[in-house]
Amino acid sequence: MNAESSVPTAAGAVGVARPRVEGRAKVTGGARYSADEPVPGLAFGAVVVSTITRGRVLDIDVAAVQDMPGVLGVIDHRNAPRLNPEAGHFFGPDGGLRLLQDDVIPHAGRPIALVVGETPEQAYAAAQALPVVYDVRPHDTEFFFGHPAGRPASALFDGPVDVGDVDAELAASAVVVDERYGTPEEHCSAMEPHSATAWWEGERLQAVDSNQGPYQIAVTLATLFCLPPERVRIRVEHVGGGFGSKGMCGPQLILAVMAATRFGRPVRVTLTRDQVFLATAQRPATDQVIRIGADADGRLRAIDHVAAFELSPLAEYIEGCTELTKTLYAAPAIRTRLTAVPLDILPPYSMRAPGAAPGSFALESAMDELAERLEMDPLELRLRNEPVVGPVSGLPFSSRNLVACLRQGARRFGWADRDHRPRMRREGSLLVGTGLAATSFSTGAFPSTASITAEPDGTFTVVVAATDLGTGARTALTAIAADALEVGVEKIGLRISDSDLGPAWSAGGSRGTASWAWAITEAAAKMRGPERPATVTADTAHLLGELPSRERHAYSAVFAEVTVDPATSEVRVRRLLGLFAVGRVINPLMARSQVIGGMVGGLSMALHEEGVRDPVSGRHVNPDFAGYHIAAHADVPDIEAEFVPDHEPGLPMGVKGAGEIGNVGTAAAIANAVWHATGVRQRQLPIRLDRVLED
Amino acid sequence: MKEFAYQRASGISEALRLAAGNDDVRYLGGGTNLVDLMKAGVESPTRLVDVRFLPLDGIRQVPGGGLEIGATTTNSDLAAHPEVRRRYPALSQAVLAGASGQLRNMATVAGNLLQRTRCSYFADPSQPCNKRAPGSGCSAIAGAHHNHAVLSWSPHCVATNPSDMAVALAAFDAVVRYETLDGAGDIPLEEFYLPVGDTPERETALPPGALITAVRLPESAISPLSRYRKVRERASYAFATVSIAADLDIRDGVVRSSRIALGGVASRPWRARTAESLLLDGPATADRFRTAAEAELAAAEPLPGNAYKVTLARNLIVAVLTDLAASPY
Amino acid sequence: MTNDTRSVISLRVNDATHRLCLDNRRTLLDALREDTGHTGPKKGCDHGQCGACTVLLDGRRVLSCLTLAVTAEGAEVTTVEGLAGDGELRPIQQAFVRLDGFQCGYCTSGQLCSAVGMLAEHAAGWPSAVTADLCPDGPAPALDAAEVRERMSGNLCRCGAYPSIVRAILEEAR
Repeated sequence: MNAESSVPTAAGAVGVARPRVEGRAKVTGGARYSADEPVPGLAFGAVVVSTITRGRVLDIDVAAVQDMPGVLGVIDHRNAPRLNPEAGHFFGPDGGLRLLQDDVIPHAGRPIALVVGETPEQAYAAAQALPVVYDVRPHDTEFFFGHPAGRPASALFDGPVDVGDVDAELAASAVVVDERYGTPEEHCSAMEPHSATAWWEGERLQAVDSNQGPYQIAVTLATLFCLPPERVRIRVEHVGGGFGSKGMCGPQLILAVMAATRFGRPVRVTLTRDQVFLATAQRPATDQVIRIGADADGRLRAIDHVAAFELSPLAEYIEGCTELTKTLYAAPAIRTRLTAVPLDILPPYSMRAPGAAPGSFALESAMDELAERLEMDPLELRLRNEPVVGPVSGLPFSSRNLVACLRQGARRFGWADRDHRPRMRREGSLLVGTGLAATSFSTGAFPSTASITAEPDGTFTVVVAATDLGTGARTALTAIAADALEVGVEKIGLRISDSDLGPAWSAGGSRGTASWAWAITEAAAKMRGPERPATVTADTAHLLGELPSRERHAYSAVFAEVTVDPATSEVRVRRLLGLFAVGRVINPLMARSQVIGGMVGGLSMALHEEGVRDPVSGRHVNPDFAGYHIAAHADVPDIEAEFVPDHEPGLPMGVKGAGEIGNVGTAAAIANAVWHATGVRQRQLPIRLDRVLED
Repeated sequence: MKEFAYQRASGISEALRLAAGNDDVRYLGGGTNLVDLMKAGVESPTRLVDVRFLPLDGIRQVPGGGLEIGATTTNSDLAAHPEVRRRYPALSQAVLAGASGQLRNMATVAGNLLQRTRCSYFADPSQPCNKRAPGSGCSAIAGAHHNHAVLSWSPHCVATNPSDMAVALAAFDAVVRYETLDGAGDIPLEEFYLPVGDTPERETALPPGALITAVRLPESAISPLSRYRKVRERASYAFATVSIAADLDIRDGVVRSSRIALGGVASRPWRARTAESLLLDGPATADRFRTAAEAELAAAEPLPGNAYKVTLARNLIVAVLTDLAASPY
Repeated sequence: MTNDTRSVISLRVNDATHRLCLDNRRTLLDALREDTGHTGPKKGCDHGQCGACTVLLDGRRVLSCLTLAVTAEGAEVTTVEGLAGDGELRPIQQAFVRLDGFQCGYCTSGQLCSAVGMLAEHAAGWPSAVTADLCPDGPAPALDAAEVRERMSGNLCRCGAYPSIVRAILEEAR
């Protein structure tokens, strides 16, 4: 299959709503996650993390705990194996991986020791008792736009753009919105804490680890420990959610490998929940200024989106807040800038819908403010600024169905009846408001390999180093393989979740399914070729380069209705509707679950989530689920999601990623609804009680 | 968690003997707070005396009126009890507003009364906290205190009491009953929690080693319409930002008596005596409710990060009293 | 002190008895996961803040992470593994599969045990924080979506499967 394909016409597993293949295992407790794997002779590692934000370790008094019951030993910077400083990720070398290499403490929550014991209780008791002496140095964790340490962000993607003359267009605009928006540090908060179990089988390092891509992680781990890649094997049967936080080689895995090496037996390291908050990556805080100018009829003249985010000097990262601004609306002048502010914090990393989630909150709030000042329907404002080609790139869109999302959503939601003035609707003592947001999320694929073996019994074994975080990858890839091989799903035996299965992209960037599916369909095409080989392997690396340049995005429109109690400032989301253009839908049941889940994440971002730091110590003060609220059952209404017909011509089966777009836009739709209810703009997330409270 | 011995007490006197004279022994009820604090290293008892198997559960009518709630009655059983729902609905609502179904099935009435603050600095042994480590300082006053006390705190501690149940008990003039080796005693709920002062580590007026045996509710609920309302940063499964238990007796448009207690604003359930006395014999109007609320909260000394709680508490008092006044008797 | 800090107990799990000598510190959750082979209950937070460890103790839903194993001696523990009898899924398990009441599945064991316990609580006439009329003399509160959401709020789900979970439970309740 090459470049722009046509719609496949295969047998028909794709497009059918089907329960997950692992459904039974998940409702009977039989699905095994990383910490569930029985391993004989297992020892347990308890991580000790820094309680200070910056400084040095002066002493760790190992002798004080060495004789405690069950303690096997302690690993710290004085006896840990040396790690390769070149190891890193997508953004290059990552100092966050170089654990226990020196006495330097770059951020609070940095792992500084691992205590290994015969039982979890013994290991944790010793870890709690381990005396650590620090040399405390001044720190800076206070993020804000204009911080003197700010510098241009890496331009690996979402680099600065200048189209047209923004200042001149703003000066010529009838109406200008110039506002500042902020989002706090947010945590992925997958329900499964990061856990790894490592051991040596002869010369080969074996690990079971909760991560989003066993192959990529194995490569990083091999680099880190200076091992040939073939000597590292990582498996991960089921993963209890990732949302970005398991995309990297996690501290649990690095420390488990160190301990297995040192103590010569299998060691399991499971992060405690507070350590998941403190030592696995969060979404950085953002501070964004948007200026939008428009003519009186609502036609945009200019968008100026200048955003800052925080990061750590240990690792490069890009929170691409301004990416959407380059493609969502037509405007003769578009300018974007992205500033990175290095602070004494854990290196931030991608959290579900990186860049787009905070970026769209700013852009889509600003668009709503523009509609308000124009006294225009916010829906009409968006429809009026639909671009024909990429406003910055000039490239054609591979497929763009935002208008369909907006129109169908508006019809279904009853948008036409809306009085666009704020604070006009009351029900009893409650204020009621509605809001919407339009969104996009880039789509595409990364190189992967897959192989297929025709078994003597007429079934096919399909092998790809994919992983299923709850996305439904197992079920989706089974259907894709069945259609590609033109057999029923019962003929497909899918093997995933193992780095030994060959190079493959991770579950991330909304590109997991597309990347793996491409490799599977390539392999299937070979399998159906004239030679009919028993086993085929396909690698899509060369094909990706042949894809013509296009603006490739998924789209959605999100509609929200909220109630606000003006006495108590309680905000409740009463209705939430999303219309999605995500290419061909492989399994409507699971796809709906995934985008609804994303909208729940967006609701949670809008109303609840906020990593709070102590202004004095710089540490997180709410690293637990009682302090860091994620939406609970009672916060979430019966969300509706529908798909508009869509097809991505550049990717097999016409798929686009659906993993992240659900998160995008929901926060702005809710914030806009809160304005509509109360007349007060919410430009800083989360929309807390004190921010809504009226005197 | 440090190692500890565990023993099921076979009777009250055995429990008292096992705990006598040893500060490192703790009674174990539902464990929802104690076990958690042991994991965090905030509590390190050398012995747990399990009191859940003592004959201290159940709710019974007290001769002469009122109810006696056994100390080990679970929160769930308390909230579901027909007499509590009929006569003290604010208590049932308060309990149901707390924690989760699972936690309410575990937590006991006595344990609920004795639960510790959810101040994050208290729960983190690496941070200064006068309540946990007297003399080490209060991290919250200069730190993150968004959800801390606005009334009657001291420079030594600005933590709040997290109990919902206790707020309703305070409104109903409940009495805490306990036993010691020297005999039994009663403490009115309003005196049960000590002022913060310079000893935030001393939280209750219970004598050392005392075992709570029951909570007694007097007959004098003034209406069958008492109400508990809780405002928090999530619709459920979150501690109160501000909460209120209230009851009103209005006849011919005039307030004959009232009971108002607030949660989330102080180190103890805050009985709003000033507001109650201002309301007495006056008209049941929103203006009067607001005046009374403002008078009650005049004593508030909010920190920069929690001043909103004063406004919120005022609004909540007015809203709930207005609702009660409009309710059909 | 060493002898004092361990206890020999009989733990009844899903109708089987396990004789165990445990560190008193061991929680019921860890005893199930490490000693009796029941890894269905999950450790999401270990602090009673997520519900993933929910099991039934004598039929009532509790958090096994805050229950010391030694205190469960003499009680009947039911884990997610014990919900389906003889290989046949319970209707609520079937509804979770059919309506996609989970994604990653990590909170699912807790959601299911919690739902089973919650339905029994509702059947016993227990009110919730959103029950409009607490008076015990009227009809029992109907189990609508708002009631289910409130009663299930002790079970967090980060994938955001809440709407399908609620639908599955309502279907079971009907």
